[in-house]
Amino acid sequence: MSAITGEQAILIEKPGLAGRISDFFWKHPHVFLAVMLAPPLLWLGIIYLGSLLALLLQSFFSIDDYSGLVNYEFTLSTYGQLLNEANLDIIIRTVSMAAIVTLFSALIAFPIAYYAARYARGKWKAIFYLGVMLPLWSSYLVKIYAWKLILAKEGILTWFLAKLNLLWLLDAWLSIPVIGGNSLSVSYTGTFIVFVYVWMPFMILPIQASLERVPANLIEASSDLGSTPQQTFRHVLFPLALPGIVAGSIFTFSLTLGDYIIPQIIGSSRLFIGQAVYAQQGTAGNIPLAAAFTVVPIVIMGLYLWMARKMGAFDAL
Amino acid sequence: MKQILKSCTALTLSIAFCTQVMAQEALKELGKGEGELSIVAWAGYIERGDTDKNYDWVTGFEKETGCKVSVKTAATSDEMVALMNEGGFDLVTASGDASLRLVAGKRVQPINTDLIPSWKTVDKRLQDAPWYTVKGVHYGVPYVWGPNVLMYNTDVFKGKPPKSWNVVFEEMNLPDGKSNKGRVQAYDGPIHIADAANYLMFHKPELGIKSPYELNEDQYKAALDLLRVQRKLAGRYWHDAMIQVDDFKNEGVVASGSWPFQVNLLKSEKQPVASEFPEEGTTGWADTTMLHTESAHPNCAYMWMEHSLSAKVQGDVSAWFGANPSVAAACKGNELLTDEGCATNGYNDFDKIKFWRTPVAKCESQSECVPYHRWVSDYIGVIGGR
Repeated sequence: MSAITGEQAILIEKPGLAGRISDFFWKHPHVFLAVMLAPPLLWLGIIYLGSLLALLLQSFFSIDDYSGLVNYEFTLSTYGQLLNEANLDIIIRTVSMAAIVTLFSALIAFPIAYYAARYARGKWKAIFYLGVMLPLWSSYLVKIYAWKLILAKEGILTWFLAKLNLLWLLDAWLSIPVIGGNSLSVSYTGTFIVFVYVWMPFMILPIQASLERVPANLIEASSDLGSTPQQTFRHVLFPLALPGIVAGSIFTFSLTLGDYIIPQIIGSSRLFIGQAVYAQQGTAGNIPLAAAFTVVPIVIMGLYLWMARKMGAFDAL
Repeated sequence: MKQILKSCTALTLSIAFCTQVMAQEALKELGKGEGELSIVAWAGYIERGDTDKNYDWVTGFEKETGCKVSVKTAATSDEMVALMNEGGFDLVTASGDASLRLVAGKRVQPINTDLIPSWKTVDKRLQDAPWYTVKGVHYGVPYVWGPNVLMYNTDVFKGKPPKSWNVVFEEMNLPDGKSNKGRVQAYDGPIHIADAANYLMFHKPELGIKSPYELNEDQYKAALDLLRVQRKLAGRYWHDAMIQVDDFKNEGVVASGSWPFQVNLLKSEKQPVASEFPEEGTTGWADTTMLHTESAHPNCAYMWMEHSLSAKVQGDVSAWFGANPSVAAACKGNELLTDEGCATNGYNDFDKIKFWRTPVAKCESQSECVPYHRWVSDYIGVIGGR
């Protein structure tokens, strides 16, 4: 009895294969979910994480000094090599550059994002978005080569400063050890400027998103209660915008940590981690050391993300 | 189950042996072209008239053989080795610091010179050159060769061309009265250590360097010390030929080891540069067209090797790249190279050039040498200021 009513309650099966498949998925939503998720999960699991693991595994092998062939025995000696003076230099150089780039990106991005979130309306808001996004549309390489010309010894910037009789300022800056050099385009300063320029949009957008979410009346309440603008910034605005700043810093920090093109074209030819990986695996055929170098940014970013999560950065993404 | 395992093992083994046999044996006879050919080459080596329509040695070949040529350019020998290890290419124009590595790694196959009629015309100095001939077997055909010259700015040197490499190795005042600090460059490849060794070979004979590619610990250390001085002078190391060209134009660089390619390019843009063959002699490159072990288009590849040895192509490439042909006939009557071209590019200085080789631990001139992968890591250190 109940079977008959059941059958009548259910729609007549659709004809054709497509119809039957559609019915099957409708009746078994879990299967549907599995089929939809399987390809991306397999991609992530095998192609992405799998190759990453294979790479990490390589770092526990070593290279035979005599033949230059990889010696497939477990060893930590390759990690020991990371502590060589020259290799440690590369790591310190890259991490400090990433940290400084992140800090300055945040300092420059904050006022821009604040203006866009609080004051820009209508047409100006559109112009803001366009202005921030536009550099992302042109090729990364073109931008870097353009910067090389701008920063060159006989480039636009030098010409401009010469017109303003400010060359002494540039010379004074370039004579500072470490950050100076023969010209901006062969100094760390040049590398820094280009890094900040290229990653800036990735800092502005998350900060702007987090500032949009700060209720305006909180700021007003703060000043009503008698706090100075500085106090309002320190105790109200900054803590509330912090997740956005941290989110942006994840981008700028990790992108700087991994980039190997900018320091090759602009800078003093001293290697960064990305270039070291490239040189070790391509040039020297020393895949274990290249893999060990790759582990460095992974570990650093792991720690960084863990800290960022504690500061609530992922609420603002 | 055991049976299946056994037969599987046997099958795998036989496949392994088969490929090994194939790898060791050269092609016996030529078939029809496969319609395609991919070449890993130095920038400017395979031109189809895109930059200058007079320099085109691809279009004619494509029409004649039906083999569509695609080119992947590489900036360093190491990139070439990496690309060939990756696979998917037919030919590579490998320099001496890559060619033996490719042979040792079984990335390239022996060449049957009987299938290349122009082989007979190849310069006798190159026919059995050690950078591509192993135990009497030829792993390729010579393409072109040339010296690493000293390029300099004629305005700064005011008619007094630098006679020695010391302008890029030691701090000094240049003829314009200013220091060379920050105004010289060096090659961003570990093989540049050989240039330092070559300099020491001439100026410090007491070190006993016999070949700049075979250095014992003491000689190697002396070369690195010299390069550490150079680090203080060089603002940037050049990696990409076009970046060096740009640095000579916009960065105030006035002297550097370079290739005739950049010299010719800058001269064609009316820049005040010239090149010199310093008293210490130079290092140099002799490139070989080599065929990948797993090449998918071997017939087209053989046709290209034959084509590449014709006097016309040899002359044109030499004119474009500032190189020297591997076929003597190319030195005469080529419109682009002109009859003086060979002499200008150093054709008669063959004996003064120490051609790029891969440094190995088991070297000929002494009991033990510093191998290449240490050159790599130490050169990174030197550039990093260590």
